[in-house]
Amino acid sequence: MLAPAVLYISLLVAVPFLLALFLSLTNSSAGSLQFSFVGLQNFKNVVASAVFRRALRNTFVFTFVSQLLVMVLGNILARALMRDFFGKAIARFLILMPWAAPISLATLGWLWIFDSTFSVINWVLKVVGWLGPGQWYYWLGDTTLGMVAIITIHVWRMLPFSTVILLAGLTSIPNEVREAAAIDGAGMWARIFQVEIPMMRPILTVAVLFGVVFTFTDMSVVYLLTRGGPYNSTHVLASLAFQDGVLGGDVGRGASVAIFLVPVLLILAIFMLRTSRRAEVV
Amino acid sequence: MPARSPARRVGSAIVHRATIVAFVAFAVFPFYWMVITTFKQNADLYVGATNVKHNPFIFNRPPTMEHLATLFGQTLYPTWLFNTLFVGVLVVLVTLVLAVPAGYSLARLTGRWGERLSIAIFLTYLVPPTLLFIPFSRLVSLLGLQNSLGSLILVYPTFTVPFCTWLLMGFFKSLPREVEESAMVDGCSRVGAIWRMVLPLSVPGLLTVVIFALTLVIQEFVYSLTFISSVERMTVSVGVPVALVRGDVYYWGSLMAACLITSIPIAVLYNFFLDRFIAGFTVGAIK
Repeated sequence: MLAPAVLYISLLVAVPFLLALFLSLTNSSAGSLQFSFVGLQNFKNVVASAVFRRALRNTFVFTFVSQLLVMVLGNILARALMRDFFGKAIARFLILMPWAAPISLATLGWLWIFDSTFSVINWVLKVVGWLGPGQWYYWLGDTTLGMVAIITIHVWRMLPFSTVILLAGLTSIPNEVREAAAIDGAGMWARIFQVEIPMMRPILTVAVLFGVVFTFTDMSVVYLLTRGGPYNSTHVLASLAFQDGVLGGDVGRGASVAIFLVPVLLILAIFMLRTSRRAEVV
Repeated sequence: MPARSPARRVGSAIVHRATIVAFVAFAVFPFYWMVITTFKQNADLYVGATNVKHNPFIFNRPPTMEHLATLFGQTLYPTWLFNTLFVGVLVVLVTLVLAVPAGYSLARLTGRWGERLSIAIFLTYLVPPTLLFIPFSRLVSLLGLQNSLGSLILVYPTFTVPFCTWLLMGFFKSLPREVEESAMVDGCSRVGAIWRMVLPLSVPGLLTVVIFALTLVIQEFVYSLTFISSVERMTVSVGVPVALVRGDVYYWGSLMAACLITSIPIAVLYNFFLDRFIAGFTVGAIK
């Protein structure tokens, strides 16, 4: 009874994956079915391109910074949600919303918030006096601000996901452990860093790994927010692969850009396996 | 635990409240912004943020239903909703047909191979659309499915099946083997026992899978953007950002209305099934 699922997955995941490797070694283009082998030429061209190197760096920067923020904020938020308070169910629902909303539509909401003329953020900054007369933030027309905007959206979207996972980890720590730590004279910080976080290590790993996978491979945020602009300075690997391989029609080149996602995914998969083994999964 | 002074307790309660309020505000702000944009008159929307006297957080003119009327009367949004649900229902069916037997077998399969296979299936969930969309666009055009909803129905199960198999496996494992064994003693075949005994007991698990497959379909962006080029065949997640913008003009009122109407039902559904969903991600990491 396993066969249909295994067959489907191997046909529609393994075959396209091999095809991606294959296409990256050819000069095939969108319009025609003719192609010839060009060896590693695509990879050489890609690595030589400044836009690609920038996209590669951006992908790592976006992933690292947003996941770091998500971990810090997620731990704070999960701890706050541990306590009982009036309106907790509603608070939990509202905090979860960014993760549930379709990412393309949520990004559209942010696009309007970061609008060059009507940005509500700029209005607030004007009112509080941060932006003086004649000063203005063009959120999506400036590389640094664009990167800040992209990271903000990633944090906003991944925070609920990590928080609920961390919350599950926190609640699984028996109360006796906390009490024992208190009796042994551990203060709040000692309890958090020397007892709870080590006990939550498997679950922290799960939260980080999924967070990294979702952020590292995402293209919707960049594609819809900045289109990789200004001047291709905010691209990530996925959005560049789309621009080259689909919009630009250079299938071979697009495929070779996307292949650069594989090493990181492999490392993550290995980590995931090791975590699951240590936690005696299944 | 050591007793704390009342002053410290009040202080910590205030900090706690402030933390919650700050996080809720951050999470909800874009949705609040969608709501207020949906119902604002254009004269109230397009004032420009340089005007410090015009507070954009409130209605400076009476709310209007105009943008909603435009969205449903003059755009293809209803068509996109229909396309999305059409794809969603068929993908859910395909997912159930593939994932239920697979999840059941993995739950009952013991030993190293069962373990390895289930981990392998879960790991395929980590293979992202952004890695596969280029080869898929080739395969889709070879099969003559380009620009048709059929391409999405073919490809979407690549991410719904692994995750749903994993969820169902966890669910079936929680049912004791005796459930189907007793039915088999009474003369049922294994398939009959699953159909009559196991599935009725698994309705909550099946429902979870249906909801998640459906929400994953509604959220998907990359494949839909790559395969579908005709505006009238788009799904919601692509139609709204790609085709609701006419030329360079953004009709923010209708755009935000579309984002809001699509997002809220999914958020409500997610909230109901959250605990099961977390269990799916954290199997093994929590005991």
